[in-house]
Amino acid sequence: MTGIEHLYQTFTMLKKRQEKALITYLVAGDPDLKATARHIEVMAQAGADVIELGIPFSDPSADGPVIQRASARALSKGTHSANILQMVSEVRQRVTIPLIFMSYYNPILQYGLTQFCQDAAQAGVDGVIIPDLPVEEAGPLATVALSKGLAVIPLAAPTSTRQRLAKIAALAQGFIYCVTVTGITGTKQVVTGEINGLTRQIKEFTELPVVAGFGIATPEQAIAVAQHCDGVVVGSALVRLIEELGENSPQAVADLTRQLKEALTMEYIGAPG
Amino acid sequence: MPPDKRGYFGSYGGTFVPETLMPALEELIMAYQKAQQQPDFQREVAYYLKHYVGRPSPIYFAATLSKQIGGADIYLKREDLNHTGAHKINNTVGQLLLARRMGKQRIVAETGAGQHGVATATVAAMLGMKCVVYMGEEDMYRQSPNVFRMRLLGAEVVKVSSGSGTLKDAMNEAMRDWVTHVRDTFYCIGSVAGPHPYPMMVRDFQAIIGLEAREQMLDQRGTLPDCVVACVGGGSNSMGMFYHFLPHKQVKLVGVEAGGLGLQTDRHAAALSAGRPGVLHGSYSYLVQDAEGQISPVHSISAGLDYPGVGPEHSYLKDSGRVQYIAVSDEEALDSFHLLSRTEGILPALESSHALAGAVKLAAQMNNQQSLLVCLSGRGDKDVHTVAKEMGVALP
Repeated sequence: MTGIEHLYQTFTMLKKRQEKALITYLVAGDPDLKATARHIEVMAQAGADVIELGIPFSDPSADGPVIQRASARALSKGTHSANILQMVSEVRQRVTIPLIFMSYYNPILQYGLTQFCQDAAQAGVDGVIIPDLPVEEAGPLATVALSKGLAVIPLAAPTSTRQRLAKIAALAQGFIYCVTVTGITGTKQVVTGEINGLTRQIKEFTELPVVAGFGIATPEQAIAVAQHCDGVVVGSALVRLIEELGENSPQAVADLTRQLKEALTMEYIGAPG
Repeated sequence: MPPDKRGYFGSYGGTFVPETLMPALEELIMAYQKAQQQPDFQREVAYYLKHYVGRPSPIYFAATLSKQIGGADIYLKREDLNHTGAHKINNTVGQLLLARRMGKQRIVAETGAGQHGVATATVAAMLGMKCVVYMGEEDMYRQSPNVFRMRLLGAEVVKVSSGSGTLKDAMNEAMRDWVTHVRDTFYCIGSVAGPHPYPMMVRDFQAIIGLEAREQMLDQRGTLPDCVVACVGGGSNSMGMFYHFLPHKQVKLVGVEAGGLGLQTDRHAAALSAGRPGVLHGSYSYLVQDAEGQISPVHSISAGLDYPGVGPEHSYLKDSGRVQYIAVSDEEALDSFHLLSRTEGILPALESSHALAGAVKLAAQMNNQQSLLVCLSGRGDKDVHTVAKEMGVALP
């Protein structure tokens, strides 16, 4: 099964079960790769439907302070694409939910687009999200990713015009990642009104699931946002737990993941739009 | 040569930014294209460049320096004589007048040496706009006079402590501000770097340097210079200087990068001489980076050149061979700082001292029938603390 098929299967199953997707994010190698492997397993066991694994970058200009610090910690431990791929292929033996890479473009470009997509697919990765790669520049990556069955998951923003949303929808595989606010990760409070309009517009162009992220930290916020989409991404809130609790973080990460998933399962909020 | 529609100079450039910013870039491209076709915008820019900045800046034949070097006649394009003391204001006048046309009242900028920050704060004050400048912690220390100047001009200066606390980190933070306030904020980039249309737009606003200098050389000497030299950090003064000389194939063009403690060390900022292409801050261009594509810490004694990237048009000009890029060390730049101060009574900025160091080497290999034009991009007053420290002199 390819990554694209794996994601399709996951979202189809969630829909059947009348659940919204919980996508959890963490930075690979924060504080080291062994801890990341543990956190991935813990998140999967606690109910995460998809895990987004950040490849750390020296200049994360779309991220807020929490993920900036996590990236710096990971890089200081010598984390890079090759040892992340190694860790993922080991974790893949035990974790069956979709795993997505989130990376700035340069680390992937320097690894080599074709080599990266091949190695990622082989390690059991299902898709990639590149925050600094708008549709205009995504062609080269999308071509090789598709040939390896990897989903290229584009971002849509509150500022995106209709024309741009059409292009984004045409490029997307797996799902579309909707940015809830103009801003960087983990800082602003989410405005649900804006999300509603944006997801409705995207749904005019595609059947793909639409998930929302940026600024969602609590089960209450997850429920509020999930009314308007097919799932939510929670990142900085989990990364903060890893930062603050160190070796004790797996328990807290599991607890928050479970609470978020329960909130998204408790009441089916109805199809968006 | 303009870039293509997607902002590419050959294979370099593009728009590698988050989706949130793409509509803002599309809006900027439209507004800039429209303004370029409006004679009243051109007149407005020309008016402020003449009456506010003090253009045209002169070229000056550095007779004593030339005699001492004993090669080509050295001419200096005196961008240091502009209002605020550097070439940076040519661009900020253009961009902020454009911002006003677009109805944007809040301006953000990044700054390294502080010259772009000062130039942005200056024009923002004059046009009554709110101005926020991001500056690395390390740079705020070594360029402290400029920090105070910006505050006197009414700008908010925000300290950036992340990363190396220098220009690249200030640019990361300015981009984070822009993505957060994109609907009412204009990002005034100070170099020919960043996503399209910035490399093209900043070059166009800075091209006045070479346009004037070409006429002035013909007026004063009767010929074009044999060689034109400028320093390259992000590359705005050099791109502005080179642009109108590009079609004159007989004119040799040389860009001088910051060699820091030497290209064989990891303490330099020479993207073109010692880097390889990659994506940072919105465009694909040469970068100082490690094997994994992480941006490497860079070093230069000059805050304005202490940047791991370079504008995409320079990358194109390097590969095409039209411009030759060399690097000089901190020490060579300092020597040239002292040399120009003593021979000509001009304190050059440490950035411009790199261009001078390159020029002195090149001029020595030329004959006295030939001429060499250097872009003296800024004045050195802001650097006296750094120079004093290097000399072991304690200033009050």
